[in-house]
Amino acid sequence: MPQIGSFTLLLGLALSVYAFGAGLYAIVYHDDRLSETARRAGIAVFLAVTAASAVLVYAAFHNDFSVAYILHHSNRALPAPYKFAALWSGQEGSLLFWCWLLATYGLVLRLRHKVDTRLVAHASVVISAVQIFFLLLVNFAAHPFALVAGTIPADGNGLNPLLQYPEMVIHPPMLYLGYVGMTVPFCFALAALIMKYPGEKWIHITRRWTMVGWLFLTCGIFLGSYWAYRVLGWGGWWGWDPVENASLLPWLTGTAFLHSVMMQEKRGMMKVWNMWLIFSTFLLAIFGTFLTRSGVVSSVHAFAESDIGPYFVVFMALTFATCAYFFVRNREHLQSEHKLESLISRESSFLFNNVLLLVSAFAVLWGTLFPVLSEWVTGHKVTVGPPFFNKVNVPIALFLLLLTAVGPLLAWRKTSTESLRKNFLLPAIIALAVGVALVAMGLKPWVEISYFYSLMAIVLSVLVAATIGSEFIRGGLVIARHNDSNVFHGMWLLTRRNTRRYGGYIVHLGVIVTMIGFAGVAFYQNTEKELAFGDKMDIGAYTLVCRSYTQDDKPNYSSEWAILDIYKSGKQITTMYPEQRFYKASQQPATIVANRSTVMEDLYLVYTGKNPENGHPIIKAHLNPLVWWIWAGAHLILVGTLVALVPNMQAKRKKLTPPQTRRAQVEDAAESRAPVEAGSD
Amino acid sequence: MRIAHSIFHRGLRHWGGLLLIASALLLMGAAGDSTGQRFDRLGHALMCQCGCGQVMLECNHVGCTSSEQMRKELKAAMDRGDSDKVILAGFVAKYGPTVLSAPTTTGFNRVAWIMPGVIFVAALGAVVLVVLAWKRRTPTPPSNSAGSEPDALDEFRRRAREETSL
Repeated sequence: MPQIGSFTLLLGLALSVYAFGAGLYAIVYHDDRLSETARRAGIAVFLAVTAASAVLVYAAFHNDFSVAYILHHSNRALPAPYKFAALWSGQEGSLLFWCWLLATYGLVLRLRHKVDTRLVAHASVVISAVQIFFLLLVNFAAHPFALVAGTIPADGNGLNPLLQYPEMVIHPPMLYLGYVGMTVPFCFALAALIMKYPGEKWIHITRRWTMVGWLFLTCGIFLGSYWAYRVLGWGGWWGWDPVENASLLPWLTGTAFLHSVMMQEKRGMMKVWNMWLIFSTFLLAIFGTFLTRSGVVSSVHAFAESDIGPYFVVFMALTFATCAYFFVRNREHLQSEHKLESLISRESSFLFNNVLLLVSAFAVLWGTLFPVLSEWVTGHKVTVGPPFFNKVNVPIALFLLLLTAVGPLLAWRKTSTESLRKNFLLPAIIALAVGVALVAMGLKPWVEISYFYSLMAIVLSVLVAATIGSEFIRGGLVIARHNDSNVFHGMWLLTRRNTRRYGGYIVHLGVIVTMIGFAGVAFYQNTEKELAFGDKMDIGAYTLVCRSYTQDDKPNYSSEWAILDIYKSGKQITTMYPEQRFYKASQQPATIVANRSTVMEDLYLVYTGKNPENGHPIIKAHLNPLVWWIWAGAHLILVGTLVALVPNMQAKRKKLTPPQTRRAQVEDAAESRAPVEAGSD
Repeated sequence: MRIAHSIFHRGLRHWGGLLLIASALLLMGAAGDSTGQRFDRLGHALMCQCGCGQVMLECNHVGCTSSEQMRKELKAAMDRGDSDKVILAGFVAKYGPTVLSAPTTTGFNRVAWIMPGVIFVAALGAVVLVVLAWKRRTPTPPSNSAGSEPDALDEFRRRAREETSL
């Protein structure tokens, strides 16, 4: 079987080279037939890489330890889902998985070639070039089918225990889907620049691709966060680790692109900016992969370090040079069609939004790479940890929140201050009232800067919620009045009529719910205690009583855990079981956190070990307020993005009967109020 | 509406005053914290040295002896009455500069803190320049687009959107 895997990988490389070479030749010499063969070769790459991936999964399920990758990332007792996840659990497998995802995206792109054959032919050549790079890596630098030298061991080394969690089975694929997903808009952008493609059609074609890529990246980041929270057992969900930062970088630039691209669609502005934003997003996605695997910066994600870093550096340099070359050659094509008419306009809010997102991206990149720079300049390393990133990024995030509140109230071109004041008055009063109420309830922002940030995050979140709420309600009321229905039905119709705008608002709601969750960080508390039978420990309003502690033995791991009765205000509310496992194959320990999550707070218990003298478990208890909101916000972001991906209801306009047409006109009117009075998407 | 307007303006004046007071209190509040808060603050300014890459107080590395030892050292230094500066300098002397969880504000490390601010100001300046340039410039039609009139372009965009909707 490994030979079949190696052969299919080589075949995939050959087909990619053909798709690139023949595609390029066909574009230069306008040979449609050759172009078609290149397209089909691109489709065949998918089949070849799928076959290679299937062979690796087959080898994992059949415990073929003659394959070095399977030997190092699986073992006989490993449960089936984790054997499947072995495909992306190590360096070579994850690169193969990347190749497969890229081939899958390439397949969809090529199957949809009729949307614009010339543009897709160009984009297809670009994606083939990216595919060649990754296939070169898996064929010659990180071969997933390399064979074990000498005697084949009876069992494998097993999967890293930290990866043996359901969240970890889906977190990397989501992140990779996001990273690779950003390749498609990049390919279309470069293709459009190369062929001086007129208009913004390439943006319309790639809009959903970008949103899908962004959605996967968002899900990947949140899943990674959730995994860190539930698995690593340190009580937090974001540690500003270099690899976490690497996933945040393309997300920040991708978010900036999703906003500024609207200026190009609506007003024909920011063409150069958008082009470079998508180039940067792709380059940062590759940079993230480089950072994860090169070992350039020290990270807790050290399981995937290797010596393939230089290949990525060369690839990034080549990509940048290609982008810069075509930009310099064809930059006249990217001239703006309109000018900015007022500083108080939707356009300027997007500009400032982009500046803040990019400054944040720079700060994250700068902090991540500063230890390397410091070592290079001064000869010794420094640590750039959470205090730096929090100090720099929290104020930026608060400014962004403010813009999120104001932006939807601004119209394209120009907004009168009177209109802004009218729309802003009520939300501002509500937000201020909430702020005052929080201070009255005991939140003292003058005691500590983190309290101040928490208060501001909540107040600004309320402000955003109020502005978005007023947008929904006003539009919904107009439709309801003319439809003889209620405001909720009106809001439903409004959303269906402009899924992108209102889906975007739901995403913003998700962001503020998440921000409220972040605001809880200032009030996290923890305590640690050794507990004998019947011993108690207190944290917040909770009392933990150790009922018992025990141990177990399973084929894959042995474990120890404590049984703790949880009391709140003197009444037992539940029993929790913090656990520690010891994985036999890899000889590594791992914690299984016991977490009781409510809307207000998480009671988070970690079995940190036992006293070697008496065997009593040592329990660390964390009380983390508002964590639930972070995951709830993530779900809202997911829902909002899905809504934005759904086509508008207006596509069905032709089929309406006369009364329905009248109704649709009223809905149009309700919707078109917004661009005049309060802006549109 | 006029009443609401007046309330808003009065409110603004009122809240503006409160905001000033709050800001002043915030600045004053930086001084003095309890022993627990100080331990927490200093513990978060230090990195665990076991190789886990986590802040000292957040390291839960199974079997980590480093963070436990460091906590004891921090507690002892606080009990001795050492100042924050002396405590952190002691840790740097013992473990090296990587023990600090963020760069100091001295020497080359200053660059770490300054750069994001510089970039922020530069980016804002660039935006202002772009806005001014846009305001001065007359609209230019794209080099090879279907029509030169903005309306024609809008119509083209609308059609393109319809035809290419996935």
